[in-house]
Amino acid sequence: MNHLLRRYKKSLFTKLLTAFIIGGATTFPVEGSCQDGKAILNRVDQNLSSRNQIAESSMTIYGRRSSRTITAKSWTEGDQKSFTEYLSPASEAGTKMLKLQGQLWIYTPAADRTIQISGHLLRQSVMGSDLSYEDMMDDRKLSDVYDVTIAGKDTIDSRGVIILELTANVNDIAYYRQKMWVDSERFIPLKQEMYARSGQLLKRAEMKNIKRVENRWYPSLVIYKDMLKEGKGTEFRTNTISFDQQIPDHIFSKASLR
Amino acid sequence: MKRFLLKGVIKDKGRSLLPIIVVATGTMLTVVMYSWLTGIMGDSIRMNANFNTGELKVMTKAYAADAEQFPNDLAILNADTLLVELKEFEPEVDWVKRIRFGALADFPDANGETRGQAPAVGWAIDLFNEESKESARFNLQESIVQGVMPVNTGEVLISDELARRFEVKPGESFTLFGSTMDGGFAFYNLTVSGTLLFGATGLDRGAIVMDISDAQKAFGMEGACSEILGFLPYTYFNSDKAEAIKTIYNQSVDARQSEDEFAPVMITLRDQAGMAEMVEYTDFVSRIMVFIFVSAMAIVLWNGGLLGGLRRYGEFGIRLAMGESKGHIYRTLLFEALLIGTIGSIVGTVIGFLIVLYLNIHGVDMSGMMQNSTMVMPTVVRTAITPTTYYIGFIPGIFSMILGNALAGVGIYKRETARLFNELEV
Repeated sequence: MNHLLRRYKKSLFTKLLTAFIIGGATTFPVEGSCQDGKAILNRVDQNLSSRNQIAESSMTIYGRRSSRTITAKSWTEGDQKSFTEYLSPASEAGTKMLKLQGQLWIYTPAADRTIQISGHLLRQSVMGSDLSYEDMMDDRKLSDVYDVTIAGKDTIDSRGVIILELTANVNDIAYYRQKMWVDSERFIPLKQEMYARSGQLLKRAEMKNIKRVENRWYPSLVIYKDMLKEGKGTEFRTNTISFDQQIPDHIFSKASLR
Repeated sequence: MKRFLLKGVIKDKGRSLLPIIVVATGTMLTVVMYSWLTGIMGDSIRMNANFNTGELKVMTKAYAADAEQFPNDLAILNADTLLVELKEFEPEVDWVKRIRFGALADFPDANGETRGQAPAVGWAIDLFNEESKESARFNLQESIVQGVMPVNTGEVLISDELARRFEVKPGESFTLFGSTMDGGFAFYNLTVSGTLLFGATGLDRGAIVMDISDAQKAFGMEGACSEILGFLPYTYFNSDKAEAIKTIYNQSVDARQSEDEFAPVMITLRDQAGMAEMVEYTDFVSRIMVFIFVSAMAIVLWNGGLLGGLRRYGEFGIRLAMGESKGHIYRTLLFEALLIGTIGSIVGTVIGFLIVLYLNIHGVDMSGMMQNSTMVMPTVVRTAITPTTYYIGFIPGIFSMILGNALAGVGIYKRETARLFNELEV
């Protein structure tokens, strides 16, 4: 579950910092500049991506009748391997999810079955949240799958942000276009809007509680909102996270599901 | 006089045969077309009512807003309490709980891993209660291709198409994967007790029918249901009665819970997607068919009457010359038309009814034309035999004959006595 956050972390910092240091303190990337935008996106990737990570997180889903919180522990390696075990509530505890080379399996002790999730099901909501399986699947660096331009500057929560326009340069991607408000000092997105090829706004994410974790900035709270459905959105909290750990290979095997 | 005219009609075939053939043909076409359309539309309406819409339906207001997506998180929570209230409110209506769901049917291999999976649309109904009419509404017993009806918890019927696609036999298990009422993962193992062929392409692609208690367990909906359907005690949908029940019920609920988005709301069959159009279309087509037929036949018979009038020009002249009044001649002409129309209508109705009866028994397989249809429509279309079938042909048959002759007979009044003797060369 945690790896879905990583798709919102990509590099921007380098270019911005370079521009800031080399070009002078008042130098910001030029609007419409692809080169500077790419550097910023690389910095975002540096914050959000890692060789591997282990995280404990909680996801609060606000329904129309009630809300509920699901906790999980995730192990992620690169953009191809991820394993998540749900810890609570009791009805979800023991359910495990494995992503391997673009394929996704779910195991549930209730039915003692391992089911593969594929095709159109990947676009479905995960446990009634504002996130889809597809959102959770894509751990690629933003700079690898999007072309970027700088659209302008703004302020969010008293922090200067650079607005990036991202356009997909690959076909197998959930959101053809993204608009990203990146903190101009910490190079972490503070807000993101994801669009379909048609221009329809599909999802919005707001990153809060930005914290220093090891040598990077990381949002410990992300509020997702599926713009096509009603509701208050889904809060995704990263309670603990550690990067570049030793993760045994057997974690990322189907045997670990049962 | 009437017997005299009847004898004239019967014995003078030159006067009556062609009009009788024309009227009989038109009447036959009316009977067959009416029964055909009524059959198609009536079957579709009844099938939709039984499977999806009911004749009345109660949901929460929130569910009703997105009912086509089966939003079970917005379902009725205290379903049994509401069911009791509805039975007290309108005892003559058969109220039944239903759970509708969309889910993934996952068929395992020998290792319990996914061998194949397909989206499925499910109906959870009261299967295990012997007094329930739900099984009959779905025509389940007759629709079973392999296996038997479910008798135990965890047993379900799946569409034969789904079973064939994944080579599933009765007795084998699969897992239903979807969302619980509160949004969690729903994994529920089920055993196929039998396979179904409803004869409606929209249903046969991926239908699953199970007892409502299984669905409540599978989707975490204990005590809840998606909707409560009501069926009126009439053979055909009674729109006026349904509307009256709906109005009274909704007014009483609004008086108590107008602001509650989870308060129950009642709708009728006509309020549901496409159904009002279907009901109105059926009525409209019936009326328009009769109108078009009467108009066309009147023109044909007017023409026939004119030709007959010309042929009988001399006869009318002599009768006028002999002192018979124009009005009397006109009335006898109309009475003859009534006789011919009646005889033609009887003949046409009998022939039409025989055709209708044949099509009702054997049906016409139209599955080839409905392969991509998503509508709930029967693939074998049958004509409907209703009380209207017996008299629908008489309306245009008699009316058009009389109208045609009435128009043609106007010429009688234009004959002038002064010219009459010249015409008759007296």
